[in-house]
Amino acid sequence: MSAESLILFFIVGAFLVGIALLFSSYIPPTSTNPQKSETYECGIPTEGLSWLQFNVGYYLFAIIFLVFDVETVFIFPWAKVMKETGMMGFIEIVIFFFVLGIGLLYAWKKGALKWE
Amino acid sequence: MASNNIYDNFVTSITQWIHSGLYHLLPPVWALLVELTIIGLVFLVFYALVGLFLVYAERKVCAFMQNRVGPNRVGPYGIFQTIADFIKLLMKELVTIKNSDKLLFNLAPFIVIIASFMAIAAIPFAKGLHAIDFDIGILYVIAVSSLGVVGVLLAGWSSNNKYSLIGAMRSGAQIISYELSVGMSLLTIIILAGTMQFSEIVQGQQYGWFLFKGHIPAFIAFIVFLIASTAETNRGPFDLAEAESELTAGFHTEYSGIKFAFFFLAEYMNMFIVASIGATVFLGGWMPFHVWGWTGFNQVMDYIPPSIWYIGKTGFIIWLMMWFKWTFPRLRIDQLLNLEWKYLLPINLFNILLMAFIVLMGWHF
Repeated sequence: MSAESLILFFIVGAFLVGIALLFSSYIPPTSTNPQKSETYECGIPTEGLSWLQFNVGYYLFAIIFLVFDVETVFIFPWAKVMKETGMMGFIEIVIFFFVLGIGLLYAWKKGALKWE
Repeated sequence: MASNNIYDNFVTSITQWIHSGLYHLLPPVWALLVELTIIGLVFLVFYALVGLFLVYAERKVCAFMQNRVGPNRVGPYGIFQTIADFIKLLMKELVTIKNSDKLLFNLAPFIVIIASFMAIAAIPFAKGLHAIDFDIGILYVIAVSSLGVVGVLLAGWSSNNKYSLIGAMRSGAQIISYELSVGMSLLTIIILAGTMQFSEIVQGQQYGWFLFKGHIPAFIAFIVFLIASTAETNRGPFDLAEAESELTAGFHTEYSGIKFAFFFLAEYMNMFIVASIGATVFLGGWMPFHVWGWTGFNQVMDYIPPSIWYIGKTGFIIWLMMWFKWTFPRLRIDQLLNLEWKYLLPINLFNILLMAFIVLMGWHF
């Protein structure tokens, strides 16, 4: 099958969830009371919304991840043709990794990898 | 030398037979539709069965490790327990939370399931038994399976629950971090194989699995892959996202009934996908265990059908991951991120260079 048939897998996946959700929202018996639709935080009444400012540490890791993920995308084509490019390609990728390693070391020394 | 495996053309001939039969009986448009429906149904049933079986297996393995009996009431040895659970969850009311973001709340299970469903499309189960054989197979699976994190983040965010939010944030940080290590450990094998297409990768392991062909760097890559893939599926000692002792149930606290079941199912299917990729790339997928030069031995091995080899290898890795889960204590978030960024990532970078050097020098088997 060709790549277009991915649409089939998308549809089947959506169908699986959709049909079950439809069934579950109409067939089972329902009951309502005011407490039922409250946010569940172990029985204590909720204070305010939880859509608030969050620890910046996650953001820092996301930024470093972005750098390394883009770099991984660059390595993939090289890995495929490694055998053809030979020694020249290897030396180039060593230089690439060297620059990358300096970047990681810099982030490390700056404390970006430290969790507070 | 081509392998004269007796099962080689088995799957291809069946699919060919159905294909030609349909086109013979029906006008082309209808035949195509019927064919697509059959493929969709087969994968749907397969997906559901694997999910149900894995939940059962996990409960049995867990019980075995903790010296308990495990589920044993519904059916012989409790094999119908997960089916009964599924029916129960299907008959549960879907509770909507007053303060939640309704659209995103309902969208999240769709994203999680679709991501894992699309990843299954590229996995080779036997010779010719895969839906789509991309030439960028590995890259595709990495890309699609990491889409699931969007669903997890949406679930945690839209629930409007502090526990869910913390769980989702942890899960996001964890999955994106460990995705790097999964990608890089697979890169190590791509260097050795020189291709990203799954069928060629399996063919390349005809006379020895890549785990043995690449010796030292391949072993390092395999260990890194096991650790990183366990973390990427939010399992085992890395299940901070749903640490039940601190966060009730993490990102799916507010989900009830069948929506919760879908998150559960997706977790197990992700485990299955990751284990399949590991088995295919490192352990030869459906390729029987061959040793270069031992013709008699290789022929005996050929008598075991490829799908059995595939299931055995995948099952082995799944069992390893379950073993991790029930023996190691849970990590803290700072330990988790330290492990990835200060240990696995530098090890991986060196490992890639080492593998490239070994391949250049021709020191591999």
